[in-house]
Amino acid sequence: MGWRNILRIALQSIMRHRMRSVLTMLGIIIGVGAVIMMVSIGQGVQQQVESQIAGLGSNVLMIFPAAVNQGGVSMGAGTREALTLDDVDKIQREATLISYASPVVRASVQVIGGIGNWSTSVQGVSATYLDIRSWPMASGEFFSERDVTGRAKVCVIGKTIADNLFPGMEPVGQQIRLRNVPFRVIGVLSPKGQAAGQDQDDLILAPATTVLDRLSGRRFIQQVVLSAVSEEQMPAAQEEVTTLLREAHRITGGGPDDFTIRSQTEIAETAQATTQVLTLFLASIAGVSLVVGGIGIMNIMLVSVTERTREIGIRLAIGARSSDVLIQFLVESVVLSVFGGILGILLGVGGAQLISIIANLATAIEPTIIVISFFFSAAIGIFFGFYPARKASSLKPIEALRYE
Amino acid sequence: MTPVIETRKLEKVYASGEVEVRALGGVDVTIMPGEFVAIMGASGSGKSTLMNILGCLDLPTGGEYLLDGVRVNELTKNQLADIRNAKIGFVFQGFNLLARTSAIENVELPLLYNRTGRIPDTSKLAREALERVGLGGRLDHQPSQLSGGQQQRVAIARALVNKPSLILADEPTGNLDSRTSVDVMALFRDLNDQGITVVLVTHEPDIASYTKRIIEVRDGLIRRDEAVVNRADPAEILRSLDQELKEA
Repeated sequence: MGWRNILRIALQSIMRHRMRSVLTMLGIIIGVGAVIMMVSIGQGVQQQVESQIAGLGSNVLMIFPAAVNQGGVSMGAGTREALTLDDVDKIQREATLISYASPVVRASVQVIGGIGNWSTSVQGVSATYLDIRSWPMASGEFFSERDVTGRAKVCVIGKTIADNLFPGMEPVGQQIRLRNVPFRVIGVLSPKGQAAGQDQDDLILAPATTVLDRLSGRRFIQQVVLSAVSEEQMPAAQEEVTTLLREAHRITGGGPDDFTIRSQTEIAETAQATTQVLTLFLASIAGVSLVVGGIGIMNIMLVSVTERTREIGIRLAIGARSSDVLIQFLVESVVLSVFGGILGILLGVGGAQLISIIANLATAIEPTIIVISFFFSAAIGIFFGFYPARKASSLKPIEALRYE
Repeated sequence: MTPVIETRKLEKVYASGEVEVRALGGVDVTIMPGEFVAIMGASGSGKSTLMNILGCLDLPTGGEYLLDGVRVNELTKNQLADIRNAKIGFVFQGFNLLARTSAIENVELPLLYNRTGRIPDTSKLAREALERVGLGGRLDHQPSQLSGGQQQRVAIARALVNKPSLILADEPTGNLDSRTSVDVMALFRDLNDQGITVVLVTHEPDIASYTKRIIEVRDGLIRRDEAVVNRADPAEILRSLDQELKEA
């Protein structure tokens, strides 16, 4: 029997039982749709995280103070007061594999200026900070080395602050007050958007020296960001900086570091591992529904074989080989699951789009996931259709004909 | 001329547990092309077993069966299916049409399973077969939209469509009223007049009397095998049925 006839017979019997066919397909439609939706959410998150990490800058290393350990109780990363501006200067002067180094001093402040006030965080950094982060300016200028050494009361503001304090106005040249200290706005940063639910444009950058002096009133800094000369040199640069800092902090022999250095690749790897777990988790939940859909197909095909015993008997009597019957039932279940798979892909793509609009979640649909779910649904049709088809084809013609 | 059916000492023994049931105990039958034969017998006589073996739905446990000169005994399941498709047209008591399937699709079915070569226009052959049984105007009707007699005609068209050597009818009038039975027997008679070999299984002497030869089976053996002397004429029977109707 030719393929066209097989397909024709299978399609005829699917069309003859429309309601049952649609219900059978429903499991696969929902399963495939769910897989595609879930995976697209996972991949959307993954892409977002990746672009955020790329947004950190290039070849970035970060130094954090190590955890304070009080009587065996660790207080967590960054609690020790270990890093100072001198460390940054030393790295800047002596490290050969580091092109830029900048401290990061954070302080939360209430900003007053323009049309009102705004609560935000100020980051004290050096003049090279934007080079490390590869962050361009939208207007105005960034502060200079002189501003840093001179503790100038100048600052650069993010887009969110510009929008809230100076709507429709040019912020450059305006005065703002941070904890009642007047600062002159000399530039506006280009927008970076959201990152992990945080607005990256809701910040003010000012010289680290000024922030330490006027706002935080401390000597220690929370973080140092560095830029290595090249990606290949990052491990070597990490080593070099470790040696320099141990020297500066007079740590000898086997004493533990009072700081930790993390590289961008490390952070990227951690984040990637996390989002991959997330994607896998979402996909496996959806995969369960796909398997349930497959079992649904098997269930209905089994009922269908019993219900159609007489039909099978007729077909065998008029000359169908048992392989013809096997293939007919197999093709029926594959057609059902493939068709369900196609509808499920449409549902999944549409649903993913809907989720990204309604829930404001980034979703990304890769062509591979569509191809995979298409072939997976066909495989489900074969796998779960085989047993019922086998059962149908092993019927004896006389007994099947006599079946009431 | 090669006989259409030739059996020698045909035996069928069912072994159900400890007990052996001898359904056929050595049957010799020869049916030549163009014959019109009724196989008669009460239920349990072995006629259904004989019919199943003749129809290649079952294999004998002893003896020999040659269909159209081909020894059937040692054929595989697939070869039996192909023989059923190419050489035998079945007509059943319960019509056995596919439900929710148009008459023409039902008739086309054997052509779709044909393996002797690709048939270019299956629907044309199916239409011709339906026209031959007088249902040219009901091609797209489904079985539920047809009367019992019409359904049996569709089944006969299905049996004819592959141009078989033999039409095997199992109680073809069992589910029909007497008038429709006469119609169906008239159709078989027409087909036989056109040269088609027809073997039908029945327990009704009335129905058997339309044929040319009666073989009676009892206890798995042939007890009687003789030509029909007074063949019933469908036209005449119909007239007398009309007469009865008027008088009643």
